[in-house]
Amino acid sequence: MAQKTENVVEIRGLCYARGQRQIFDHLDIDIKRGKVTAVMGPSGTGKTTLLRLITGQLVPDRGTIVVDGEDLSKLNRGGIYRMRKKIGMLFQNGALLTDYPVFENVAFPLREHTDLPDRLIRHIVLTKLHAVGLRGAATLMPSELSGGMARRVALARAMVMDPEILIYDEPFVGLDPISMGVIVRLVRRMNDILGISSIVVSHDVQEISTVADVSYLISDGKVVASGSPEELSGAPSELVKQFMHGMADGPVPFHYPAPDYAEQLLGREGD
Amino acid sequence: MLRELLYALAGFLQTFGQLQLFFLRLVAATPRAIWRRFPLIVQQVHNTGALSLPIIITSAFFVGGVLGLQGYDNLSRFGSEDALGVFVALSLMKELGPVVTALLFAGRAGTALASEIGLMRATDQLSAMEMMAVDPIRRVVMPRFLGGVIAMPLLAAIFSAVAIFGAYMVGVVLMGVDLGAFWAQMRESVELADIMEGVVKSVVFGVAASLLAVFEGYNALPTAEGVGRATTRTVVISSIAVLVLDFMITAVLM
Repeated sequence: MAQKTENVVEIRGLCYARGQRQIFDHLDIDIKRGKVTAVMGPSGTGKTTLLRLITGQLVPDRGTIVVDGEDLSKLNRGGIYRMRKKIGMLFQNGALLTDYPVFENVAFPLREHTDLPDRLIRHIVLTKLHAVGLRGAATLMPSELSGGMARRVALARAMVMDPEILIYDEPFVGLDPISMGVIVRLVRRMNDILGISSIVVSHDVQEISTVADVSYLISDGKVVASGSPEELSGAPSELVKQFMHGMADGPVPFHYPAPDYAEQLLGREGD
Repeated sequence: MLRELLYALAGFLQTFGQLQLFFLRLVAATPRAIWRRFPLIVQQVHNTGALSLPIIITSAFFVGGVLGLQGYDNLSRFGSEDALGVFVALSLMKELGPVVTALLFAGRAGTALASEIGLMRATDQLSAMEMMAVDPIRRVVMPRFLGGVIAMPLLAAIFSAVAIFGAYMVGVVLMGVDLGAFWAQMRESVELADIMEGVVKSVVFGVAASLLAVFEGYNALPTAEGVGRATTRTVVISSIAVLVLDFMITAVLM
């Protein structure tokens, strides 16, 4: 058993390129144990890529990622799988198995990884479903759920193995205000009651500011600002200001790089 | 021009190599899976096999009927319509049974497998399994592949049986071929080697069609278009593979 380090995830000098595009350029991030850490950034900064790197689905070009005291680059396939059992992940769209009802979706990791008797599995699953308020939906199929419900079921599934780390990929996208409030509250509650560490990737500044203990703002492959939500919203950097206050133009330009406007309008078609 | 051909060849070889590696991974996962995933495999035999029965039985009946008509017409020119039973049984067991079943299988079960796995990829279900430390190759792909491999020879056997019945209905009941001659000559002349040829073919086709279907599905681009293309490719490539393999096996067993 690895010693309980202060940081549950440590990223040092992470470089990752996809094709010609450098997505991360010497990125350093610490995820503190027992805290809710937010990773924010404009769309397309590779937030989801970062999650895939942390969970070992992608391999970095350079740099190290240490999860719960173990260097991912030193783990083989079996080691990565063992490590993943400590991590629960909530996908953007829930990623529920569409062939199975809600109950079986939540029971899935238990059935795969344990030989627990059915009674115990039933007990655990119902407890987790109750925690997200969906015990009554156990027999529904994923297609019968609303977006917010699907995400709560996915959260129950992510928790069912009692992970040490819970990762949320854009948990607030496309939800109505009520569902959003429910998820925000669940993120905080799960973290505090279960004593786990949470990583929330998001660009919903308002929501995330209410739950996060620490926030990282990533842009152009680097951390441009970090700290508590209050520190971030008071930061002097133009980029941070633009992002936190949702301004259309600034260091992140409104326009995608394009040739000169007048020239293109007057030029030939297809230029 | 030459350069493009070389690129195409390189691309083909690369995909072919990936297909072989994929096949090896499946084979490696098989022994343990048969033990642990037995209920899943049974379910997939149901999905690919039992659910394909209507199309297999209907097609078989009419293929047999046509064989009965054509065979009767041609054989009666030589006054040997009594040989209809042998003619029908041999052509079905050695050729038509396995080949037509495999083509129908690729169209019915292969496309279902490819689009199902492709959609699971597109909706992150496969990634979610990986994140739950469950290997999707073992949990999703392997049972479907094995289900197809088991179902295909059974379907081919059912196809041949139903088609012979169809030929009997047309030849004996409709055209008046002698009932005794139809069956007796068939029993006389069809040997175990003939049946085995059909069995070998149906097993090989089953492996090929199932493998191509799960491979295309698993490697589909995670978009609506990607899944559609994977489904189409499954039918096209499986059909070609079945016909080429059929020629090769026939030549070897001659």
